[in-house]
Amino acid sequence: MIDEPTISAAVEAALAAIAAAPDTAALKQVRIEHVGDASVLSRANRAIRDLPGPQKAAAGKLVGQGKGRVQQALASRQEELAAAEQEAALAAETVDVTLPTDRRPRGAVHPLTTLQERIEDFFVGIGWEIAEGPEVESSWFNFDALNADPEHPSRSRQDTLYVASAEGGEDQDAGLLLRTQTSPVQIRAMLERGAPLYVACPGTVYRADEMDATHSPMFHQVEGLAIDEGLTMANLVGTLDAFAAALFGGAPITRLRPNHFPFTEPSAEMDFRCFACDARLGLDHEPDPGCRVCGGTGWIEMGGCGMVHPNVLRAAGIDPGRHQGFAFGLGIERILMLRNGVADMRDMVEGDVRFTQHYGTEI
Amino acid sequence: MPRIPLTWLAEHVELPADATAAQVATDLSRVGLEEEAIHGAQITGPLVVGRVLELVKEPQKNGKTINWVRVDVGPAHNEDADDPKDPQPGAERPSRGIICGAHNFVEGDLVVVALPGTVLPGDFAIAARKTYGHTSDGMICSGEELGLGPDPAGEDGIIVLGRGHAEGLSAEPGDDAIALLGLGDEVVEINVTPDRGYAFAMRGVAREYGHATGSAFTDPVLAIEEPEAGRGGVPVQLRDESPIRDRAGATRFVAMEVRGVDATAATPRWMARRLTQAGMRPISLIVDVTNYVMLDLGQPLHAYDAHSLVAPIVVRRARAGETLRTLDDVERRLDPEDLLITDCGGEQGDRVLGLAGVMGGAETEVHDGTRNVVIEAATFDPVTVARTARRHRLPSEASKRFERGVDPELPLRAARRAAELIVEHGGGEIDPRVTDEGSVTAPAPIRLRTDAAERLIGVPYTAEEVVGALRELGAEVEDAEDGTLRVTPPSWRPDLTIPEDLIEEIARLRGYDRIPSVLPAAPAGRGLTPAQRCRRAVTRALAEAGLTEVTSYPFVGAEVFEALRYEEGDERRDAVRLLNPLAEDEPLLRTSLLQTLLPVARRNLSRGEESLAIFQRGATVRPGAGDAPVPAPAARPSAEELAAIDAAVPVQTGALAALVGGASGPDSWWGSAEPWGWSEAIELARRAAAAAGVELEVRQAQQAPFHPGRTAELRVTAADGNAQVVGHAGELHPAVIGAYALPPRTSALELDLEAVIAAAPAVVRAVPVPTFPLAKEDFAFVVEESVPAAAVHAAILLGAGDLAEQVHLFDDFTGEQIGEGKRSLAFAVRLRSAEGTLDAEAIRATRARIVDTVARAVGGELRA
Repeated sequence: MIDEPTISAAVEAALAAIAAAPDTAALKQVRIEHVGDASVLSRANRAIRDLPGPQKAAAGKLVGQGKGRVQQALASRQEELAAAEQEAALAAETVDVTLPTDRRPRGAVHPLTTLQERIEDFFVGIGWEIAEGPEVESSWFNFDALNADPEHPSRSRQDTLYVASAEGGEDQDAGLLLRTQTSPVQIRAMLERGAPLYVACPGTVYRADEMDATHSPMFHQVEGLAIDEGLTMANLVGTLDAFAAALFGGAPITRLRPNHFPFTEPSAEMDFRCFACDARLGLDHEPDPGCRVCGGTGWIEMGGCGMVHPNVLRAAGIDPGRHQGFAFGLGIERILMLRNGVADMRDMVEGDVRFTQHYGTEI
Repeated sequence: MPRIPLTWLAEHVELPADATAAQVATDLSRVGLEEEAIHGAQITGPLVVGRVLELVKEPQKNGKTINWVRVDVGPAHNEDADDPKDPQPGAERPSRGIICGAHNFVEGDLVVVALPGTVLPGDFAIAARKTYGHTSDGMICSGEELGLGPDPAGEDGIIVLGRGHAEGLSAEPGDDAIALLGLGDEVVEINVTPDRGYAFAMRGVAREYGHATGSAFTDPVLAIEEPEAGRGGVPVQLRDESPIRDRAGATRFVAMEVRGVDATAATPRWMARRLTQAGMRPISLIVDVTNYVMLDLGQPLHAYDAHSLVAPIVVRRARAGETLRTLDDVERRLDPEDLLITDCGGEQGDRVLGLAGVMGGAETEVHDGTRNVVIEAATFDPVTVARTARRHRLPSEASKRFERGVDPELPLRAARRAAELIVEHGGGEIDPRVTDEGSVTAPAPIRLRTDAAERLIGVPYTAEEVVGALRELGAEVEDAEDGTLRVTPPSWRPDLTIPEDLIEEIARLRGYDRIPSVLPAAPAGRGLTPAQRCRRAVTRALAEAGLTEVTSYPFVGAEVFEALRYEEGDERRDAVRLLNPLAEDEPLLRTSLLQTLLPVARRNLSRGEESLAIFQRGATVRPGAGDAPVPAPAARPSAEELAAIDAAVPVQTGALAALVGGASGPDSWWGSAEPWGWSEAIELARRAAAAAGVELEVRQAQQAPFHPGRTAELRVTAADGNAQVVGHAGELHPAVIGAYALPPRTSALELDLEAVIAAAPAVVRAVPVPTFPLAKEDFAFVVEESVPAAAVHAAILLGAGDLAEQVHLFDDFTGEQIGEGKRSLAFAVRLRSAEGTLDAEAIRATRARIVDTVARAVGGELRA
């Protein structure tokens, strides 16, 4: 029974059956038939031990080789069929991936928040800290400490929202107001921390303005203040240059023009070179006359700045004979309007979710 | 703000012949005079002089008579031949044919012709057109049509050279009439900062233009002979019994008389033109001269009809109850702070003539019959004038200048200049007796270290640059030879009082563009504070949970307290009130964020949103203790003063609020989205707190504006073990939902974010992660319906002790099987020991402890 023709025939039959098996289930049947306990090969294998010694080796080799070929073919066919079957199964599970997936709508952070964070990150990156203070502030912090003359027009009730006195007469303010600038935070920071001091003060401020496309009674500012020994206006320019680069990219150019503010002396208006049109390429490049960002001037007015007035330092308990420094202020809405092309101030403050959702968590 | 006609500017400073308004504006902005506007030439195109060669009067059917005119408009513009179908009057020769309805001219006159292609003021484009049976090849112009106003001589019709608007002018046909009539002048309007009063005059702007460009400036004041004051002039008394802020209302008063004037004499054309260009309306010779000198030199002047004056003139403060009818014909009730010009006229011999430095009165106004004129040139206190102008809402040209400070050395020469101009154009003679009351305080010298500018600006200015800049300003500079300069500012610069003021001038004149860019190296900062980081984390957490951040104004009206169902005595009704609110019906500052977030929700719904998922971070405000003191400026307040301010500043809390309502997502192929509800609101609050590292404890509570049965009180436990309520979350009361037209069952949360953040641990301590096997045990406890799930949860945790890894409720069931008034709460409990494998006995013992603890704590029975 363990002769070469029988074994060969069994092996050939097994290989043919393996090749013909159409799927893994059929192959399983083939395995039982051809290498199962009742199969010719298994029986031959068991019969080897009954053979006389001298024949055992040759028979063992014959059957072992035959069975090895069959097992190898089985494994290879199994792999082949399983892969094909899985492929078919997966194909059957195909879905339309273009179906909507928005089971829960995405949320969004207000772009002014994101922009303010980015501005804060710039200042933190150059070693400054972020200072905060109350929005309802005392007149002393908002005006007097900042060297604003008692007659200064910004103190008028046409410009500033005052808190009614609870103690005095009907037409009397409480010495409190909605801060018109974040500068009172600078005074608080100086009083609390002294010099040297490098802080940025972002926050909400209020003016008695009517709402329109470019004005809102509530808006956001960021001010910077650096007080140290030997700080100069050149340090102010250096800080503004770095800030402009961080915010608008490229190799920005800033320009100072003389101006007047009660709290700085010297004072300046700061302009950033337009980042939108050809003017961004340098002073030797003409601005685009129709540029919507700079209005064809090549420059964007960004806010006021200057060297802190000695009276302001005195009010904040800093000796102007020893320490000096600079300050500047920018409107965050204005930056967003310029940088991202927001056309209408109202969109930023009315709380319409469509405005915010457009940005997601990036600007 | 001042308007600067370039031709006028050029009178005091060298201006390049090809200077444009844009270039001048750029130059001026470099020294701090910002451009406000450029007013270009009003007329463009071929506006030329023409000679009337022939004219024919043609009566029309409508009763009018028109002129059919042959005009020589110069060889460059004439047509060589007539149109054969429409020949012009008279012999054919090079010319143009024009129809004209005016009749104040004759053959041979020189007139102003707008040829086709000319654009007149009002964007009126001239073209050849058919009219009255002829082709009119242009238009003969009147002064009105050219924007020159009515004829100064009162003549009706077109401009004829040599008369009226063209008084003293002569030209040839074809000459450019734009230049001839000064119609091509460009005007730069600038913005003057409040410290630079001197720039409210051509004199000051010309000086600044000189600073900006290096062009030679000639001070026009130096060309005026300074008259000698003496006795015998109009007597003037300066009295001020109640100075404002210790400053006398009037420090100087010059009065100069011109006698024998023809007040009806015409204002010269050039002067009227300049006044118009500068934005003022020509009125009459005397008034125009005072305005002209003011615009030129900066000294406001007032002219009185000397005949109506009853000397002496007294300058004093108003008395309660006094009134004045000002030149704008308004009867004004005067304030005791108002400074007045008065005389001894009227029934009481005490008559108010005008508001000093602001506006004159009607009674002593100059008029056509005026023969003798008294010119007032005074120095008034800026604060007094500013307050009066603001009080009476009278921002006049004079008050604008006095508010910013007028050169106190000007009055004599300005009055003299005005007197000369009146005599030149209206006749008469100047009375040599000039009154000059009061005095001028010389500017105080300032000590300036020679290196002070370099130390503050960061530019190594040379000594010559420093001294040169100061002298260019008009300051006197002496070297004190101790490393300092003694600088006496010029009389027109009251703003220069401290060294920093001088340093700004040095930097400005030497150019801000010379300042280098040097980023200062700050000492290492500590980055964002924990609170700042936490606020960012909270914002991101809510955005990632699907909510959209919005903003809102903090202003509310008291009705909102009713709308939100606050009880009487609710402390949130105690709000800070504004003295001058933007809207009368919203005078209060919000005491809770929902007060302003709800209207934002309503606005979004009204704009088409169908569900809500919004949040806001913002301040809520509660009154502080009384009014805030206002300590003196320029000195550190005392600790007591600062403490008093801080006590008065309202309590402001950084808060967080969110609103969710309606479907939590769109309907789609997966089915419908669950609506947002009370549980989401509570979970959002928990997530927000968790983003700051804080676990909230939730308790059943009642709080407006929430649903009384669906309100969670949110608490934190501080490191010291003290628990504190930090907010509420849950479903809104149906009445509130109705009032704001919100989706049914809209839910909300409110958190005191600062209190939450304050409860966060400074360091999140590690916990061990044991790897012994896990034991999972389920429990179902039947409890009274009123027992909160959190209490059962807490009892399980207690019972499980250290072995509790996680306890999670997976079912809340009520029904007949459980019994009336009962609920069954099912929990999955994961137990794990840090010390070894839990054997069956340990697990059994733990189960027993849990069952026992729940039974004792909340009366729960293990469900069989």
